[in-house]
Amino acid sequence: MAQWPIICLLLGWAHESDKFDEQNDEYCYNINNMTRKISYAQAISEALVQAMDLDPRVFIFGLGVDDFKGIFGTTLEAAKKFGSTRVFDTPASEGALTGIAIGAALNNKRPVLVHARNDFMFLALDQMLNNASKWKYVSYGHSSVPFVVRAIIGKGWGQGPVHSQSIQSVLAHFPGLYVAMPSNPYDVKGILLKSLQVDTPAVILEHRALYNCEGEVPAEAYTVEFGQAKIVHPGKDITVLATSLMVLEALKAAQILKSEGIEMEIVDPVSIQPLDEETIITSVKKTGRLICADTSWARCGFSAEVAAMVAEKAHAHLKAAVRRIAPPPCPCPVSKPLEDAFYPTYQNILEVVYELLDRKIFSSQNRFQEVDSFVGPY
Amino acid sequence: MNRKPKYIPAMNHKYNLNKILKRQLFETMLKIRLAEEKIVAVYHEQHMRTPTHLSIGQEAVAVGICSALKKDDQVFSPHRCHAHYLAKGGNLNAFFAELCGRETGSNRGRVGSAHLTDEKAHVYASPILGAMIPVAVGAALAFKMDRLKKVAVAFLGDAAIEEGIFTESLNFAIVKKLPVLFVCENNLYSTNSPLRVRQPPSPLYKRVSLPELSTQQIDGNDVEKVYQAASKAIQQCRRGKGPIFIECLTYRIHEHVGPLMDYDKGYRSKKEVESWIKKCPIKRFKSKLIKGRIMNSKEIDALTAELKKDMNEAYVKALQSPWPDTKTLLDHVY
Repeated sequence: MAQWPIICLLLGWAHESDKFDEQNDEYCYNINNMTRKISYAQAISEALVQAMDLDPRVFIFGLGVDDFKGIFGTTLEAAKKFGSTRVFDTPASEGALTGIAIGAALNNKRPVLVHARNDFMFLALDQMLNNASKWKYVSYGHSSVPFVVRAIIGKGWGQGPVHSQSIQSVLAHFPGLYVAMPSNPYDVKGILLKSLQVDTPAVILEHRALYNCEGEVPAEAYTVEFGQAKIVHPGKDITVLATSLMVLEALKAAQILKSEGIEMEIVDPVSIQPLDEETIITSVKKTGRLICADTSWARCGFSAEVAAMVAEKAHAHLKAAVRRIAPPPCPCPVSKPLEDAFYPTYQNILEVVYELLDRKIFSSQNRFQEVDSFVGPY
Repeated sequence: MNRKPKYIPAMNHKYNLNKILKRQLFETMLKIRLAEEKIVAVYHEQHMRTPTHLSIGQEAVAVGICSALKKDDQVFSPHRCHAHYLAKGGNLNAFFAELCGRETGSNRGRVGSAHLTDEKAHVYASPILGAMIPVAVGAALAFKMDRLKKVAVAFLGDAAIEEGIFTESLNFAIVKKLPVLFVCENNLYSTNSPLRVRQPPSPLYKRVSLPELSTQQIDGNDVEKVYQAASKAIQQCRRGKGPIFIECLTYRIHEHVGPLMDYDKGYRSKKEVESWIKKCPIKRFKSKLIKGRIMNSKEIDALTAELKKDMNEAYVKALQSPWPDTKTLLDHVY
């Protein structure tokens, strides 16, 4: 598998705050003594295999899920173990496949639909937003269509304008869908297993640039809750709410700031719908300053939502205006210098932190040796 | 009196219809017609604050298809769903209550006319063109995976085949050989846009036809023909010979949405509408039943009176039913 230019820092953080589903013993797991490390991609694969073992209703479908690449290795094991009746290739019909997932879910199946890039889900938005998100509400709970969409956010090596978008705010805008953006192997496994137990259609936005990141992951099946944010790095001076890959950028910034005596608190919402407002507000009350670092654009984006929510609910506690870190308002270009200029990094976070804390800006030299060994193409 | 729908299978392999079945087909068509005529009569009262797409003139398709199904077969329908809902056995009181936005409605007043759902009758609807077609295919996929001998029906209008999702869904159903029956109700118009400006002049069913897909065109205003075609198609689906596509030629008599006639609006002629009123599926079948001595005028008059009473009662009952509690506004979103 291709190597990505990501330095995974502080692996295995923040599992202490997990609360487990106490009603389901099978899924309960004592996380003490966790030492095994696997990658984000392996964690997805493991979750799928375990979900299919636990629940015969689960099946996986989508373009290429059973080919030799197996969605960057995440469906290979499931395809091998469960065969073509439960892991099967499909026509390239994102809209119909989503409707088919709805019809199957209505009939007691638990489909997992995979889009190798989340940008393809635009072809499925009628089904996602007009049918799936509203099904339970319009039938007053008499029927529901719980299924899972795995969709991958692309980044780097010229993924370009329509293979690198991050469509969380579109999905989370409409009541009726769960939207998760797991930032590490532990969370992606747990939230994927959880999404196959809830009664709501759920979208798991996986970041391709996280796929090779390793972290501690229990071998057993366990769940991570929707709507339960995590403090992945505690601090008292400033809060950064970061989604998906931006959690790693925030962790890099936090490490640098620590050496400079600034304690930055990083909140990972894990799911943006439902959103754990309480944990965010509690952190803001403590630090008085909030930066929201999202993988998608600021305008009408998730970062705008968080800024509005905090302005409404914790205004009195803010010592400074909420700041957003997001890609600039243009499509993502391919050419290397343009692409590099497009993506916000830990350095953007640092700059805003210094500004908010009225500190002198330190050298903006690259402090992390990043090994760009990914050679494409996908 | 609210009669329970009866499901009477064909008597022999040639799909000949027996007398009881013929009476049942007639009664269900009449029931749908009278339910919608009740809507026409009371729509101005402003108790039904929901855009209604009447099926008047198209009842034979819904009744012919749904009467050939078993109770646990599933039906997925677009905006013009009243006839499908009632033909599949959807609850009548819940129908009127839903149109009136009441707590006792089929969907507790959440959706009104174009989304009617009755889980017990296995009938679902949603008003975006083509949106329910893949859902029917997904249901059929689940049936096949679970080795159930059930069939899913996707009702669609002639405009739905212009949507990409129709082609996607049909393709998937063919590739996976799914037990799904696509029933196209070709009523010649999409809202006020005529078929001739939207599609090439060749017959619709021929354009859908593929070596792997059985398609046919039938007179959608002849309930016996629809029933026979449906019975055969459904049996093929149960035998693993699906999917199947049937085009039913029919016509909506009223305006696209609302209770009025619209031949003064210019997009279709009075002559055209009147020619289709002459082909009214209920009028045609009625004279056939009388001629064949299966029912007499007296019986039909009595049945009509009884059904009208049902409609009046259902409407009154709906208006006496409580509104949904505003405290339940956020129920069942997740």
